[in-house]
Amino acid sequence: MISVTIQTADFDTSAEIDSATKDNLGIGAVATFIGKVRGEVDGRPLQSMTLEHYPGMTETELTTIAKAAYERFQLSTVRIVHRVGELTPGNNIVLVIATAPHRQDAFDGCAFLMDYLKTRAPFWKKEVTKDGKGQWVDARQSDDVARDRWDEPQQR
Amino acid sequence: MPATTSQNRQMTLRYFAWIRERIGRSEEVLTLPTQIVTVDDLIAWLRTRGPEYELAFAKPDVIRIAIDHIHAQSSSQIGTAREIGFFPPVTGG
Repeated sequence: MISVTIQTADFDTSAEIDSATKDNLGIGAVATFIGKVRGEVDGRPLQSMTLEHYPGMTETELTTIAKAAYERFQLSTVRIVHRVGELTPGNNIVLVIATAPHRQDAFDGCAFLMDYLKTRAPFWKKEVTKDGKGQWVDARQSDDVARDRWDEPQQR
Repeated sequence: MPATTSQNRQMTLRYFAWIRERIGRSEEVLTLPTQIVTVDDLIAWLRTRGPEYELAFAKPDVIRIAIDHIHAQSSSQIGTAREIGFFPPVTGG
């Protein structure tokens, strides 16, 4: 089962895990990732972070990524919740849940999902620091490197 | 000569993040001249439309493109696409 939601509201991690695992006794492992808004940018206190996305494409791209992880790691469920709009330090940004019969596939599936989400899903962050300066976040090359490790021959 | 008729195409263009801010709008429907074949052609044409476009597309290397919601290259052919999105490298998660 694959499920993807874009929303402005916060998510309830416990309820999402229950929903991703109920009625499936084949699941023996649940890996989750939660991304959060940090309180400072390069040493300057953060006021807010606004997340923009590409409605329509975002859902398509996240579903494509989820299907790839689902098939590659033989996951039982994939659940992605990504928030958009204005967020403040400490807020949740993204929740990824990968479930599988055994832990390695759940861990790997969750990492794969995040590495592809960070480099392929059409979201953009704009940070406003407490000194009033707004700046679009630059993409990191380290995220591309993290994604590209999944291109290497599998040693599983 | 192939028996095709060239027609001006109406296309929705969508802009995101700092590209949207520089152009000053999030989307528009434009009629593209027939000589535009690739996304590169489209960007070159858009840059002639005014200083705001010139500013937004000043560094084509950092522009990412989607054709009908699918990631594409600037060398991709536009074909019969209905919507083209322009955006910086993504920073979600």
